[in-house]
Amino acid sequence: MTDAAVEPVRSIRTPIRIEYVYSAGHAASRFLHALAEGRIVGQRCPVCQRVYVPPRGSCPTDAVATSEEIELPHVGTVTTFCVVRVPFKGMRIELPYVTAQILLDGAHIALMHMVSGVPAEQVRMGMRVEAVWKPREEWGTTLENIMYFKPTGEPDADYDTYKAYL
Amino acid sequence: MAARDVGIVSFAQARNVRRANQVAVEMLMPVLTEAVEQSGIPRREIGFWCSGSCDYMAGQPFSFVQAVDAIGAWPPIVESHVEMDGAWALYEAWVKLQLGEIDSALVFGYGKSSSGLLRRVMTLQLDPFYLAPLWIDSISMAALQARLLLEGGVVTEEAMAGVVARSRAAARGNANAQLAGEVTVEELLAEPMFANPLRLHDCPPVSDGAAAVVLAAGDLARSVCSRPAWIRGIDHRIEAHALGVRDLTTSPSAALAASKAGVHDDKVDVAELHAPFSYQELILRTAMGLKDTVDVNPSGGALGANPMMAAGLIRFGEAAQRIWSGTADRAVAHATSGPCLQQNLVCVLEGS
Repeated sequence: MTDAAVEPVRSIRTPIRIEYVYSAGHAASRFLHALAEGRIVGQRCPVCQRVYVPPRGSCPTDAVATSEEIELPHVGTVTTFCVVRVPFKGMRIELPYVTAQILLDGAHIALMHMVSGVPAEQVRMGMRVEAVWKPREEWGTTLENIMYFKPTGEPDADYDTYKAYL
Repeated sequence: MAARDVGIVSFAQARNVRRANQVAVEMLMPVLTEAVEQSGIPRREIGFWCSGSCDYMAGQPFSFVQAVDAIGAWPPIVESHVEMDGAWALYEAWVKLQLGEIDSALVFGYGKSSSGLLRRVMTLQLDPFYLAPLWIDSISMAALQARLLLEGGVVTEEAMAGVVARSRAAARGNANAQLAGEVTVEELLAEPMFANPLRLHDCPPVSDGAAAVVLAAGDLARSVCSRPAWIRGIDHRIEAHALGVRDLTTSPSAALAASKAGVHDDKVDVAELHAPFSYQELILRTAMGLKDTVDVNPSGGALGANPMMAAGLIRFGEAAQRIWSGTADRAVAHATSGPCLQQNLVCVLEGS
């Protein structure tokens, strides 16, 4: 039989499904439990003194465990942002909306969240924002306890204060 | 060309547990810190970092990138990764050391077997067209291999139970082992079948764990370690991927790797064999030509703890420790990968 006589098989279906159960780990568990109490906690590196939020349990620069817990204020600065105008599958938020990197006061790494309570075209780098929490009875061990960040009305932060965290 | 002298100068491992409530970085950090401190080489002077882990184990693509947070990659470092047991990361580091590009390397391996159902996750290492869709898992494949050995008269159930009893007894001296204790062959044989002809104790425990070793070359190794475990030979051989074309009652790849690594050139005092299933130790002893006088798996081996992607590297560390302490002058470290001992890496370590 020649190759030409064989109908080529162009595809087969072999479904694969594996379920995983993740551990959040010690550092993230403390962060998530604190959120359930309306608090935002980070961890400070004992070597370079940087404060990481969410904490990962380590300083990626110094490779040491970050055990000192730091409670952070719910106020920060927009370091950079993106206005989302294109719909996508599974979208749960009305367009347009703004995702932003927010540098909480006292933190050395920006946290990703949304900025709302202001027209999208008014969001800017350096804008001062504060967390808007859901009603207390809806809190769980999740960052979704914070619905979004809204402008505080303070003057914008100096570029120099956040340029190292872009 | 003579090989460059490269030795293992430090070793650290996490306590193996059934389920670690830590992320990989948290699990690794104390292990890496201990390995670096024990080596006496300042962290920022280590020339190369190489790790072994598996995305299927983690259930995430590029999962090894997160582990870099445990290294401290600033100023930027030279780093590499293998999607295999850390023993193969050690092989890569050894090659780089042979090239003379670096004088030291930290090698680590880690795995959280507990995240998925391990025996099912292991199915995904099979060929995706014929075997993986059947969902034959790692325990079932081992049972097929054990059946061939028993029916062929190559091993006996008593000999398999003997391996388990000796491993559990040896693991009593290993604080990092999960399974240790005094059990008799009679007690073990009275246990029910798990995946006939395997009893549960013929299979390795499911372990979360991590390990790290530091390699150093020549004078650097001598300056930081009074008796480095010198790598005198190392060889890796692979058999066919398809189980059907292999003779599963023996291990030609382990035999060849042992011969090429120089196992038979002199007397062997200790051998740390990565044999996750009891009968596999019997295959390996024969294939590698290890005499009865060899002290096999004084750590308790993979039957005491089997952290995926670290258990092979741990064999190197355990063997090196016997060289450092002077209990052994010549040790064999072995790692396996793939179904039914498909791949075998053999290394000879010497104290002088």
